[in-house]
Amino acid sequence: MSGALKRTDFVQPREFKFSKENMKLVEAHIAKYPKGRQASAVMPLLDIAQRQNDNWIPEAAMEEIARLLDMTRIKVFEVATFYTMYNLEPRGKHHLQFCTTTPCWLMGSADVVKACEKHLGIHMGETTKDGQFTMTEVECLGACVNAPVVQRNGDEFYEDLTPDNVIPVIEALKAGKQPKIGSQTGRQTSLGPLGATSLAKQAHDTGNQIMGEPAPAKKAAKAAAVPTEPKDSTPTDTKPKGKKK
Amino acid sequence: MPKLTIDGLEVTVEPGTSIIQAVEQLGIEIPRFCYHDKLSVPANCRMCLVEVEKSPKPVASCAMPCADDMKVYTNSPMAQKARKGVIEMLLINHPLDCPICDEGGECDLQDQTVAYGFDRSRYREEKRAVKDKDLGPLVKTVMTRCIHCTRCVRFGEEIAGVEELGVLNRGEYLEIGTYIQQLVTSEMSGNIIDICPVGALTSKPYEFTARPWELRKTQSVDVSDAVGSNIRIDTRGGEVLRVLPRLHEDVNEEWISDKARFCIDGLKNQRLDRPYIRQNGKLQPANWPQAFEEIAKRLKGVKGERIGAVVGDLADCESIIALKDFMRTLGSTNIECRQDGAQFDASEPCGWRFNTTIAGIEKADAILLIGTNPRTEAALINARIRKTWLAKHIKIGVIGQQIDLNYPYKYLGAGPETLEELAKGKGAFADVLLKAQAPMLILGPGAVCRDDGLEIHALARKVAEKYNMLRDGWNGFNLLHTQASRVGALELGFTGGDLDKMLKGDVLYLLGADEIPVNRIGKDTFVIYQGHHGDRAAARADVILPGAAYTEKNAIYVNNEGRPQLAKQAVFAPGEAREDWKIIRALSEIAGKALPYDDIAQVRARLVEANPIFGAIDAIKPATWKPFGKDGDCDKSPFGEYIANFYMTDAISRASKVMAECTDAFEQGKKEKTGTHG
Amino acid sequence: MLADKDRVFTNLYGWLGADLKSAQARGNWDRTKDLLAKGREWIVEEVKKSELRGRGGAGFPTGMKWSFMPKESKDGRPSYLVINADESEPGTCKDRDIIRHEPHTIVEGALLASFAMGAHACYIYIRGEFHSEAVALQKAIDEAYEAKLIGKNACGSGWDFDLYLHRGAGAYICGEETALLNSLEGKKGFPRNKPPFPAGAGLYACPTTVNNIETIAVVPEILRRGASWFASVGREKNRGTKVFCLSGHINNPCNVEEAMSIPLKELIEKHGGGVRGGWDNLLAVIPGGSSTKLLPKDISETVLMDFDSLRTAGSSLGTAAVIVMDKSTDIVYAIARLARFYWHESCGQCTPCREGTGWMYRIMQRMVKGEADVTEIDMLLDIGSEIEGHTICAHGDASAWPIQGLIKHFRPEMERRIMEYRQKAAA
Repeated sequence: MSGALKRTDFVQPREFKFSKENMKLVEAHIAKYPKGRQASAVMPLLDIAQRQNDNWIPEAAMEEIARLLDMTRIKVFEVATFYTMYNLEPRGKHHLQFCTTTPCWLMGSADVVKACEKHLGIHMGETTKDGQFTMTEVECLGACVNAPVVQRNGDEFYEDLTPDNVIPVIEALKAGKQPKIGSQTGRQTSLGPLGATSLAKQAHDTGNQIMGEPAPAKKAAKAAAVPTEPKDSTPTDTKPKGKKK
Repeated sequence: MPKLTIDGLEVTVEPGTSIIQAVEQLGIEIPRFCYHDKLSVPANCRMCLVEVEKSPKPVASCAMPCADDMKVYTNSPMAQKARKGVIEMLLINHPLDCPICDEGGECDLQDQTVAYGFDRSRYREEKRAVKDKDLGPLVKTVMTRCIHCTRCVRFGEEIAGVEELGVLNRGEYLEIGTYIQQLVTSEMSGNIIDICPVGALTSKPYEFTARPWELRKTQSVDVSDAVGSNIRIDTRGGEVLRVLPRLHEDVNEEWISDKARFCIDGLKNQRLDRPYIRQNGKLQPANWPQAFEEIAKRLKGVKGERIGAVVGDLADCESIIALKDFMRTLGSTNIECRQDGAQFDASEPCGWRFNTTIAGIEKADAILLIGTNPRTEAALINARIRKTWLAKHIKIGVIGQQIDLNYPYKYLGAGPETLEELAKGKGAFADVLLKAQAPMLILGPGAVCRDDGLEIHALARKVAEKYNMLRDGWNGFNLLHTQASRVGALELGFTGGDLDKMLKGDVLYLLGADEIPVNRIGKDTFVIYQGHHGDRAAARADVILPGAAYTEKNAIYVNNEGRPQLAKQAVFAPGEAREDWKIIRALSEIAGKALPYDDIAQVRARLVEANPIFGAIDAIKPATWKPFGKDGDCDKSPFGEYIANFYMTDAISRASKVMAECTDAFEQGKKEKTGTHG
Repeated sequence: MLADKDRVFTNLYGWLGADLKSAQARGNWDRTKDLLAKGREWIVEEVKKSELRGRGGAGFPTGMKWSFMPKESKDGRPSYLVINADESEPGTCKDRDIIRHEPHTIVEGALLASFAMGAHACYIYIRGEFHSEAVALQKAIDEAYEAKLIGKNACGSGWDFDLYLHRGAGAYICGEETALLNSLEGKKGFPRNKPPFPAGAGLYACPTTVNNIETIAVVPEILRRGASWFASVGREKNRGTKVFCLSGHINNPCNVEEAMSIPLKELIEKHGGGVRGGWDNLLAVIPGGSSTKLLPKDISETVLMDFDSLRTAGSSLGTAAVIVMDKSTDIVYAIARLARFYWHESCGQCTPCREGTGWMYRIMQRMVKGEADVTEIDMLLDIGSEIEGHTICAHGDASAWPIQGLIKHFRPEMERRIMEYRQKAAA
């Protein structure tokens, strides 16, 4: 979308072709829609193109998608400029998207942003010189009970952030490691930090804290529901098997 | 049929009528920006909101169908507040640059602000600025003025059939744009200037030229092709400043081609503004008596059969009949209007007219295009075909060149062989035509401008007959012309001469005939050129008689359908140039063969005498079906391309700088393109 | 307080597996074939009797919505169910938990609802940012196909049913049902004019019902336990259980499934662990997601969390996303930030919303500093009234409401800032 970044220091590649693996995904997506309605696949295709091309969609990719879906280029361009998750210019390897909408702001998102800006030496909307990090402001990411929240590359969420616990996340990314996804304060997804207020039996069985009760002896081992990137991608799964970051 | 009340007035409407249409039927005005009766309805400007009883919110009258017992209030406090709000919102980011805006004085936003808006602004924040877009040499953009009505986008998608404009980004950043600096390449792009309700899209050639209230407006017809588009000529102080379309539902609806709109600067260049006589091999300025004397001198003693006359593409019917009568008095039957060498049979009107009529195309359910590219040869007829395709997804087949049309078609073959097969009932399209309820064919100049034109003409007739294109109230046979004069000349019988023989005769009279093979004119042939431009043929003339262009005379043109229409004089011809029939009348007198009419009423009476169709302006008298053409073998060579450059097809457009710019911008680009457009 | 036995989502927090086996152990996919065997009319009737109202914000009776769908296709057009998982209303993250921890309630609900409406295909539109959630849901869909619960002859019922996931790409407006349909068709997310309504011409111009994902997820449990069970929870016209999101200045921010009509104060105290610094430290509550008008402390004291009580209180239930703000909050900024949200997320097609949201946002920015005239407070209301009700979809209305709520309850604070700014400027 315009209004965001306007970089001119990059070159549009002349050509774009989907990789062999991604072409299979492309076909699987097209197959989801009735015959003649292949334009429906424009969004997944833009997403695949973005993932294949280091986090941004070049013009050549839009032209290729128009060709594959029998759409006019302008229609693809309309879609690509409408949705905020499509990057039409290069981003850092780690595109950090900071939610600053009211629920996150109430919980201190402004301080989290400030800490990151200081740590990375860039402002919102900028990319670090080494091309590692881009910081952008986004609207509500839909994880408000775990505010503040940052998303990376449109994929995983880092939640319950503070100016202190966000820095290790950045450092881990910088070191090429996968930081812990989800809550950075050890919360069990959207369960309150003080513990469960409902489903007492399940809480008890799984070794979870119940609000107002003494802490359980130890956590049950099988409670591993924090979502992680799955290893087994299905054909219609939107995460292409191509390029791994 | 829904019966409802609007502002207390009861009205019954056709099912499916929207409130805004019903309101219009009552003569009540509802302001609007995005709504346009020839385009789809996005209902996004919100200007046409009205109050409807029982609806808690005001309703967009353009998008709401009428229903029984609806009570509509177009001017209630609710409706007024809604409009006022919309105007205020439109203005907060609209630059108040009316004094330097070409739309000023004919701007919907300006008018509706005065009628419905506030008298002051409450907006204190910064205004939005939007980068202008490059749409080529015809359309100037000032995108900060855009109010996002999307009419231009919808025109491109729906009427012009070129999806090159789009709505980019979103929210406050919404912009009308093209695909990454792409030009809008349509032969009808100028119409987006007319439908733009603000000054975002204005005419580049007309930039900062005049204010609408300074203009004199003359209703006329276009001559850049044989469609006969109705136009309005805007003039100031004897100068044609712009041409706009005039609504004629049966001809051009409310669109015109870019050539019709923008070729007019050609009226100022290369004009023949005084007579000339060739002396010692050079054309020397002369006066009228000298020029007439020179011709009279040369005509003396020449046998009629050694005299020929050719009518050009822009000639009006008055001058054609005068020339025909003059030639008869000289004892000559060597007259011809098909200067391009077209070989169709000129004996029966049903064989040369667009019998289906332009509006009739909308009834067709299968169309066969033979040796024609309607997009360049008759842009408005093409627009009608596209409209029909868009509405009904009719089947279209093409024999001839593989052309770039703005609707899908089935390519059947390149030349006469394919047509022969079809005539025998073979081929993929035979089935389509057989099953069609209202099939039609369009035979184009690419199929008849060749030596076997007569045979192809007959072959096409057989196809029409075989596939039942002639039924009660339906005639699906059409011959497409590109020349404004052609059908009028045919109706007046200006044919029969042998072009080759005429070129080598003693005297050759060219009435604006610039498309003849000038290099084949005999060395000793005395050439009279009567016309308005120093174009191709004038250079070969021995005497030049300066005539008037279509904007400079009262004249009748007959369009492709056989519809006589009136062109009205908007300005005077330059210098000593005169109306064409008057020139011929004056010459006939000096040549001692005075024609029997002295004013235009008498000429027109003569036209009616020659052919009754001239008695009913704007009417079409359907032609009776009779056989035409000649049986025989056809050459196997493919049908050719008739118009290579849409922007330059006659003496006026060839003299136009704007058309030259379009040629550079669009035609050159086309050649580089690889076939997969938009 | 809702008894644990009455909770539909027993794995809301992901303590247990989201896989098919775990889901079946919790009771999902139990006798689904029998439910299908009872027929379309029975399902629609049962959902009507349960008094389930749509969980996406508007609260339209679900059973009635389903009954608008054609009983049979007269012109060959198929019917579609489209499930709205474009959860983007600030404050709201309930669907996220259902998707990642209870995906089989959705898949089963999709089958039952589609069958009830004669749809052989269903699309779930999930917001693009929910990438991990999309992966989890796709996994459940694949499992269900594998186990022949969906696909050809779903559950052995004889009904063919296909379920597809479609990811968005960052546009709040696609939560509006017709914008969602356009997006699903591969277009910009511009809301459509109504009529035609989706039940007449929706996805690909075919009869379509769009339901919120929570609405669909509770359907199997309603059918299994019976409409009367669901209808026994909550107050009249506000029946059933509901997942609430509690965020902001509370001690125990969480998602929790509760009975409809639970008092707001009880919700905050019992599940939210109370307002940070105690109830008396409460400044205001946004009760149902960003678009609903804020409530000051005194109203928050007594209001019930349901459609009718909140409407009487001048707000609405919306998505039941409670945003709590204590006395440390810059309330003008909190709302100005929402004004920015609505400006940023306007699709831009309608004049009043495209232009008006930015206007209001810019004035609100000045209001935060007090850099404004007192008359501009009323002007804000007036601008809001020029947007509200004048646009194709409700985004325009939603952009005006938070500001209306602020002015209604915090006008003195706005005026104070303006005076303070003036005094500073004068000095």
